[in-house]
Amino acid sequence: MTVFLTIVVIALFGITLWQMSKILKLSQLKDADNSQVANDKDNNMQGKLMLGFVIFIYLLTIYCFVKYRSFFLPESASEHGVSYDQLMLISMVLIMFVQIITQGLLHYFAYKYRGKKENKALFFADNDKLEFIWTIIPVIVLAGLIIYGLFTWTDIMNIDEEDGDPLIVELYAYQFDWRARYSGNDNVLGKANVRFIEGINTLGIDASDSYGKDDKITTELHLPVNRKVIFKMRSQDILHSAYMPFFRAQMNVVPGMITEFSYTPTITSEDMRNSEFMVEKVATINKIRKEKSKKLVASGDEALEEYTFEYYLLCNKICGVSHYNMQMKIVVESEEDYEAWLKTQQTFGEQLSAQASN
Amino acid sequence: MSANQGDNHDHGHDDHGHHHKETFITKYIFSQDHKMISKQYLITGLIMGIIGIAMSILFRMQLAWPDHQFTIYEIFLGKFGEDGVMDPSIYLALVTIHGTIMVFFVLTAGLSGTFSNLLIPLQIGARDMASGFLNMISYWLFFLSSVIMVLSLFAEAGPASAGWTVYPPLSALPQAIGGSGMGMTLWLVSMAIFIASSLLGSLNYVVTVINLRTKGMSMTRMPLTIWAFFVTAIIGIVSFPVLLSAALLLIMDRSFGTSFYLSDIYIQGEVLHNQGGSPVLFEHLFWFLGHPEVYIVLLPALGITSEIIATNARKPIFGYRAMVASILAIAFLSTIVWGHHMFISGMNPFLGSVFTFTTLLIAIPSAVKAFNYITTLWKGNLQLNPAMLFSIGLVSTFITGGLTGIILGDSTLDINVHDTYFVVAHFHLVMGISALYGLFAGVYHWFPRMYGKMMNKNLGYVHFWVTAIGAYGVFFPMHFIGMAGLPRRYYTNSNFPYFDDLSDTNVLITVFALITAAAQLVFLYNFIVSIFYGKKAVQNPWKSNTLEWTAPVEHMHGNWPGEIPHVYRWPYDYSKTREDGEYVIAGQDWVSQITPLQEGEEELHH
Repeated sequence: MTVFLTIVVIALFGITLWQMSKILKLSQLKDADNSQVANDKDNNMQGKLMLGFVIFIYLLTIYCFVKYRSFFLPESASEHGVSYDQLMLISMVLIMFVQIITQGLLHYFAYKYRGKKENKALFFADNDKLEFIWTIIPVIVLAGLIIYGLFTWTDIMNIDEEDGDPLIVELYAYQFDWRARYSGNDNVLGKANVRFIEGINTLGIDASDSYGKDDKITTELHLPVNRKVIFKMRSQDILHSAYMPFFRAQMNVVPGMITEFSYTPTITSEDMRNSEFMVEKVATINKIRKEKSKKLVASGDEALEEYTFEYYLLCNKICGVSHYNMQMKIVVESEEDYEAWLKTQQTFGEQLSAQASN
Repeated sequence: MSANQGDNHDHGHDDHGHHHKETFITKYIFSQDHKMISKQYLITGLIMGIIGIAMSILFRMQLAWPDHQFTIYEIFLGKFGEDGVMDPSIYLALVTIHGTIMVFFVLTAGLSGTFSNLLIPLQIGARDMASGFLNMISYWLFFLSSVIMVLSLFAEAGPASAGWTVYPPLSALPQAIGGSGMGMTLWLVSMAIFIASSLLGSLNYVVTVINLRTKGMSMTRMPLTIWAFFVTAIIGIVSFPVLLSAALLLIMDRSFGTSFYLSDIYIQGEVLHNQGGSPVLFEHLFWFLGHPEVYIVLLPALGITSEIIATNARKPIFGYRAMVASILAIAFLSTIVWGHHMFISGMNPFLGSVFTFTTLLIAIPSAVKAFNYITTLWKGNLQLNPAMLFSIGLVSTFITGGLTGIILGDSTLDINVHDTYFVVAHFHLVMGISALYGLFAGVYHWFPRMYGKMMNKNLGYVHFWVTAIGAYGVFFPMHFIGMAGLPRRYYTNSNFPYFDDLSDTNVLITVFALITAAAQLVFLYNFIVSIFYGKKAVQNPWKSNTLEWTAPVEHMHGNWPGEIPHVYRWPYDYSKTREDGEYVIAGQDWVSQITPLQEGEEELHH
């Protein structure tokens, strides 16, 4: 394969050189005009190509929106995500509208007014009215977008622990994995600092803080549906970012401080898995994986596992060599399932005494 | 030197420039002539560009074919590419150095360094920069920093690999990633020298523009290129020192045990003593430069295109005053929007609101510029030279890339596309490709001025069209994989089965990248061959109004033999007609800035 590629590259390079020398020669022989300044013939040709180019841009846009529509994330699995998606849609429609008009005008003018010797350009240096119009229109449109965006932003970022009965969960990041810490029955996280890290106390929980005794440390993030969660994020070493794309949620995890994000999950993992979008998406992915597996098996490797959809959390701030594989599974389930799962997890106090009795 | 005689008429001094005896060393190496320094910047910038683009090809191949083994990795990466498998750490290093080189060494020094040096004295009618000596020092510091940056590639544990933004603690702790050892030290040293170089250059540009304009060259008669370079230099002076402070504090944290950016860290089984610092502080300092840097890269490109579009449209640039005002507005706003890189960094969300507001404001002057370019084309008589094509291409990518800025600049929408490929697509189009187009446009347009030769136009056309299609082919689909939530800076996406259906698109992007990179060889070939064998240029091949075309093709120290030209009009009197419909100068659709007002002609108040 590599050899083949190398040969192709060398061959292509040779052809390029050959073609270039040919073009050079042609450009010198064909006509007497050897000034290297565009003449009417060039203008004509390049102008038409400009028109072709804007058609290329339009086709590329259509192709991407049609072919890649399955790339867009499914409907938001969190409450605030709905207004996020709405704002995204409005902005997207707006910018596509402007894009199509301006690219069209730009390239059409480049085609329409391609130079000819006998043509005369219009001396048109200024027009206050036009300038005013295209200053004021962006001002109005952007003012609308800014106001809409700021309201949504304030809603998302206004994290109120008193409001309702939010679940408090700590997300703990380190090179290269995640841990979740549930605050237990008191719904208060015990104090923690990296200086307490020792032995099984991998998150550095302060053993003398009674709030910490009932905390539960887990490797998966389980969330009850329709209950607000407040994430308190802590990093052990360097910057990480907790990115939960299906919930339209992201916040950096910063050593030395606790960052927060909050949302209410609305769609259980089960429901998302069975949604029309996801069934189709997963089928496509499994088809691709099957194809790949065939090749792998043929070369004596193990086949890829079949994929079933789970929500995930991924690290989205460059954090070292295994940054690309720093993930945690998220499960959104009914309140009962959540409680049942949580019961099976050991508390920090239990862990400590288990170690002491060993 | 002779430069500071801008306004006086002392003939004894005026033409003393060419009596110097020049040795090879003073002429080609330690030259103080702005034209030679500009060539030095250009060539160094192009060489760095080749390195930067080659790196992008390597990591694009890794992204497209993560399970393939390519011998080419072993050839270029040595122990980091053993058996043709790319090491994840070198992937991050490639991404980091690609970013650093392209942003600072190619698009800051290579673009602004080249054309500020070439055009400021020539277009304002000065014999040279205010200080030729400082100008020379500025180039050699840049050269030194380039050498150190390239040397850092050979550091034992790998070059800097914390991303071009070098956020600590990753960049501060060699325990966190190998590249943060010697590689990062060299990176910081190189950047510190680069900043010194950039500051010397910028101060020189500002002083030259303010003091050395020739008689009649009022601020409102300056070509937009000069306005752009002038304002760029000012934002450079305002913001680069802050990066130096950021780098200094990082050096202290790394080497002297201070805690400006570090706090509560447990790494490799050990608690560090650092307490009380914050990485968010670094982010603030970095982006205080980092965002203006975008405009330091982009404004010169926009200045260059303004000039080229007007010349080739045979029309005045539409709304000269609005263009100047929007350059000023963009420059001002660029210094108060840095927080939009940090919406989810953990800083106070209220700050996020403020930065959303200022960020979206910057769309207004940008929109004005785009509309003015389009209107300049309207009813023109477009001479579609390669430089003109690249200028139109710039407006196109500037619009496409700029529009997605409305999404990223909105703190709410940023949440879910932050640090995904959507961002990569956005900034590559709006600043990377656009500024590169500006660089190419500038080279094609001023090549006759620099080398006295013409570049081959047909090769220029081939170069443009392959690049234009390739650039869209690379970066347009990239928005969509970003919308799928694919994070940037991932060595491979194969650890998330959810991303499996994106792999075809990644292959497509890489194929476009390979083709586009190959097209740059056409440019290099054309550039080198034309220097030696190009057709000899006439003095004013594009029939342009600006002063640089009134100087003879042959280079001389001091630019003009005899007196420096006097200026009587603004630079955009293309296709200006008298009342009877005939051109101001009969049979000629342009009027050079040195032509006095004709009888009965009115000067417009620009």
